[in-house]
Amino acid sequence: MDKFSSVKGIAAPMINKSGNQLSLMMNIDTDMIIPKQFLKTIKRSGLGKNLFDEMRYDSNGNEIDTFILNKEPFRDAKILIAGKNFGCGSSREHAPWSILDFGIKVIIAPSFADIFFNNSFKNGILPIKMDEDIINSIIDESMQGEHLEINLVDQEIILKNRKINFDVDSVNKDCLIKGLDDIGSTLEKSSYIDEFEIENANKRPWNIPR
Amino acid sequence: MSEPKTIYDKIWESHLAYEGDGDCLLYIDRHLIHEVTSPQAFEGLRMSNRKVRQPSNALAVADHNIPTTDRSLGIGDKESEIQIQTLEDNCKEFGIEYIKTSDKRQGIVHIIGPEQGFTLPGLTIVCGDSHTSTHGAFGALAHGIGTSEVEHVLATQTLIQKKAKNFQVKINGACKDSVTAKDLALSVIGAIGTAGGTGYVIEYTGEAVTSLSVEGRMTLCNLTIEAGARAGLVCPDEKTFEYLKGRPMSPKGNEWDLAVEYWKTLSSDSGAFYDKTIEIDAGNLTPLVTWGTSPEDVISIDGNIPNLEDIKDDSKRSAVKRSLDYMNLIPGSPIKGVPIDRVFIGSCTNGRIEDLREAASILPGKKVSEKVTAMVVPGSGLVKEQAEEEGLDQIFIEAGFEWREPGCSMCLAMNADKLLPKERCASTSNRNFEGRQGREGRTHLVSPKMAAAAAIAGCLTDVREMAI
Repeated sequence: MDKFSSVKGIAAPMINKSGNQLSLMMNIDTDMIIPKQFLKTIKRSGLGKNLFDEMRYDSNGNEIDTFILNKEPFRDAKILIAGKNFGCGSSREHAPWSILDFGIKVIIAPSFADIFFNNSFKNGILPIKMDEDIINSIIDESMQGEHLEINLVDQEIILKNRKINFDVDSVNKDCLIKGLDDIGSTLEKSSYIDEFEIENANKRPWNIPR
Repeated sequence: MSEPKTIYDKIWESHLAYEGDGDCLLYIDRHLIHEVTSPQAFEGLRMSNRKVRQPSNALAVADHNIPTTDRSLGIGDKESEIQIQTLEDNCKEFGIEYIKTSDKRQGIVHIIGPEQGFTLPGLTIVCGDSHTSTHGAFGALAHGIGTSEVEHVLATQTLIQKKAKNFQVKINGACKDSVTAKDLALSVIGAIGTAGGTGYVIEYTGEAVTSLSVEGRMTLCNLTIEAGARAGLVCPDEKTFEYLKGRPMSPKGNEWDLAVEYWKTLSSDSGAFYDKTIEIDAGNLTPLVTWGTSPEDVISIDGNIPNLEDIKDDSKRSAVKRSLDYMNLIPGSPIKGVPIDRVFIGSCTNGRIEDLREAASILPGKKVSEKVTAMVVPGSGLVKEQAEEEGLDQIFIEAGFEWREPGCSMCLAMNADKLLPKERCASTSNRNFEGRQGREGRTHLVSPKMAAAAAIAGCLTDVREMAI
């Protein structure tokens, strides 16, 4: 996994319109992020062109002009801004794979679904949980195409005129910054797993499949 | 004396292989594998030259991609065929048991786990599929994982985890006429929302839960992920043991007796701490239906679709507006009577034998509406076989349903079973997301009985008003 330190770029807000009211889209689910017809791949790469496929293209495969990622400068977005419960639904890791393949490395939302949140870190994507009011305060600047800088080391979002701090779990932060291989570090603890298996087999022999 | 514990606390503590600063290694007893979320994990193992630590802790089957028409004709779709073949090849290479597509045990992972006795109380169970929560019905800690974690479990038989919080959902009273486990689950999601359980493991308690059959509990736990919680649990009891006794992979002889003795200790202690508790009265519930594109968009079949002006929260209101536009429904109008084009009975939520019996119970002497195409997809080959022994297939076929081969089918529409744009479906599955059952398709989640009733009436209807 690539090491993550800071990301600077365009931020694309996912917005719903109701009359004149603009608000962040909540419950963006994994079927929206990457529809099932793209899950037939046996690779991790190449899914970026199908990110948000049914919102991004019409049934003939033509771009839908009004969708944010089809507009300049958001085609080059590195940051996504969304409403509550981002990534709800399935466990498909194709969701973060497609986001990353598009070029997005940071997602800012008031809350995330658990499995998606976890899957993001495993792929070097930083999901930032922030108060909805604070997120709303950066929509205008984002819509105007202002570049945001996300500094993970200092846990800061840097805008032209101000800085906003964000929280991140220290273990996840460390893994992102070092680009750690989870499996490698777990395998270093193999002796604990060996011990556990012996104890498990003694105490609860039926737990071992026959 | 030690602190009173919940069943989740107990399973968690009995599976900690390593406890570090802020992170733990949770030992995984069972790993279910299917074709969609595993190929990249096996590829990862190969690339780093790693082995599967405990191949016998895993069981694999193809379900998501598989056609539900005659299997002897092959898979049909080229990409699906490659994915299914890749699963079979990977299992062979790494020594994992694979149930072939021609085997009568083939079916949806979450249906075959319990059927085979692979799922047992007190175990930790994972699968690269969010509906792994289903297995919590047996008092197992079961949840979905992503592909990176599939690879992690294959290589290490553990997961890096943080303990979740305890959430008790207590469902009191008794279900009235035609209110099923599906309605209980939808009522919970409606009550707490699709993010209500985020960060928690939900334990279902109360008379309405204990009086459910084991299969009903599976439906309830299955839908836990739609309420945002990765895992749902019901404490095991005599019904659980009865269900598991004699299953092919269940413990046998003296080991069975020891296991049951242990499983009886897996109830939550009185006075155990829950970070959150809600109570629901099952006696107040009616058959439910979803109107929108989120499983929390639940109303009673005799209720009305929401009015936008009644919704105070801006983002919620614009989400509802988007949903209603997508679903092509009129705000404030009754949900009953909305015409449908398709009916789907099946999935890991409602594809078990009791679901099929329930749906079939209202069908004799009736015909599917001419405007409706209706299909039944049993959850596994064994469910299908059982249904055929009981003559349920004939009841469905005589009424005008299609009787299919087992698989995930139109729950996620990865195979040929999908809605056409704008088609409206009464479905026993678990998600009504935009495009879930096919691009621009419109899904209403209901119980099997309500789905069968809708097929007959040609519209969303109240099964309680249907003469049997």
